[in-house]
Amino acid sequence: MNAPSTSFHTPSARAIYGSRARTDKIVRVLCVLAAAFGLLWLSLILFTLFWNGLAGLHFSVFTEMTPPPGSTTGGLANAIFGSILMTIIGVGIGAPLGLFAGTYLAEYGRHEKLSFYVRFINDILLSAPSIVIGLFIYGAVVVPMGGFSALAGSLALAVIVVPVVVRTTEDMLLLVPNQLREAASALGLPRSYVIRSIAYKAARTGLITGILLATARVAGETAPLLFTALSNQFWNANLLTTMANLPVTINNFVQSPYEYWRQLAWTGALLITLAVLALNIFARLLAAERKKS
Amino acid sequence: MSDVQVMPQTSGHAPAAGRAAPVKLEVRNLDFFYGANKALKNINLRLETNSVTAFIGPSGCGKSTLLRVLNRMYDLYPGQKAEGEVLLDGENILNPGVDLNLLRARVGMVFQKPTPFPMTIYDNIAFGIKLYENLSKSELDGRVEHALRGSALWNEVKDKLNASGLSLSGGQQQRLCIARTVAIQPEVILFDEPCSALDPISTAKVEELIDELKAKYTIAIVTHNMQQAARVSEHTAFMYLGELVEFDETQRIFTAPSMRQTQDYITGRFG
Repeated sequence: MNAPSTSFHTPSARAIYGSRARTDKIVRVLCVLAAAFGLLWLSLILFTLFWNGLAGLHFSVFTEMTPPPGSTTGGLANAIFGSILMTIIGVGIGAPLGLFAGTYLAEYGRHEKLSFYVRFINDILLSAPSIVIGLFIYGAVVVPMGGFSALAGSLALAVIVVPVVVRTTEDMLLLVPNQLREAASALGLPRSYVIRSIAYKAARTGLITGILLATARVAGETAPLLFTALSNQFWNANLLTTMANLPVTINNFVQSPYEYWRQLAWTGALLITLAVLALNIFARLLAAERKKS
Repeated sequence: MSDVQVMPQTSGHAPAAGRAAPVKLEVRNLDFFYGANKALKNINLRLETNSVTAFIGPSGCGKSTLLRVLNRMYDLYPGQKAEGEVLLDGENILNPGVDLNLLRARVGMVFQKPTPFPMTIYDNIAFGIKLYENLSKSELDGRVEHALRGSALWNEVKDKLNASGLSLSGGQQQRLCIARTVAIQPEVILFDEPCSALDPISTAKVEELIDELKAKYTIAIVTHNMQQAARVSEHTAFMYLGELVEFDETQRIFTAPSMRQTQDYITGRFG
């Protein structure tokens, strides 16, 4: 056989290269257009949100309760409090469960058959519509307990947090090089020590990022709270009764005929968006920190 | 500490029993399996107390596998199985009842890639010590300094003990890992190609260190570098395709090997 020609100056080589370069250009233009198209809608949404939300953003939003129908004063204080409280409890319950399950998948059960099933079910849970989770908690908690409650709302949020944290925990722990585990085991460290002192430490920022992203995810969830915590016009810190929260308040107010309610709904939506944005930026900063070290 | 035993000569390749050196580790009729794949075939050899034994051979010959049997590192993974006997001071460490953590505290290991833990230089050393001993802060400080001096790292890091272990250079990281291993006072130290990721100067430092460490420890080292084996070891084992082809005093292996394959390998005809 002859040695293949290495010249790129033959006419046929140029023709092939020319068509590749053209395809490259076309695809590049299509990619930029697709990205711009997506960004356009996103910026329109954000612009509308800021335009309408900022108009109602006063100090009183944070200090006054949600107004009764027809009132032209009032804020979102009870809803903000309820959202923060239920999110904290939901993440407080869901994140440890997710961390434990993710640790099992990545560490103890990495080669077990059970992990395969857990991972499969977790993936289903991850993409389950949140309204289904709301209905599940309605049947499992609200009905037996005899009424809507903030506790049920927190549990619904926890069910959404779990699969997100399981996934990020497993992914982050799998990124920890095995050599590190071997090196720790070689010192005679029991497995639980290897995981807590070495694997968690190496994956720390990734694990925190996962929890932050799960928090951001549930902060804006409406459907699971609609069937569980419902809403409340007044300040309430009792977990066993209904509790106001931003998503459901927005949902109620935006459909109302009262101008002031609709204004508060816009402002509430802006507040949630800003909170989620802040969490995401914080998570990104942590991830960047991780890359540096 | 180690009880000397009279061992039956089980293999024709075993070193000539010239002087009765105390044996720290003895491998008898060892087979090793990755699933159904037999990676080690009937290995027999002895590691003498306070001496360095080198394992050489082409990639995939099983020398790292053999090393990982000696502290049962393979046990971290399912489907890997060793058959036969590995006697540490006469006690078979392949017995199912053996506590692996205590075993690994006695048989330390240094890996090919430096693996400092994601913590400070100080904690990298103190971490392992604290696991087995309750020491006061000053005692612990002393032990950390001792370990770092022992691995010739003290002068380079004494002013930055609170810096991350990952901030050190590759050679320093590897010496940190050696210090970490030595700090918990094992009896045997296994080196798995400890210098293959290091530059020549760092390599020389690590080799010097190994030479000093053998006064206190029994050492086994896997290396791809035959000059290194010749420089640091008293005994050398040549392995090929999962078998121990020849095991003898290092000087003999490199000057007058008795097996043709050994001769071919050390002269660079294959491998």
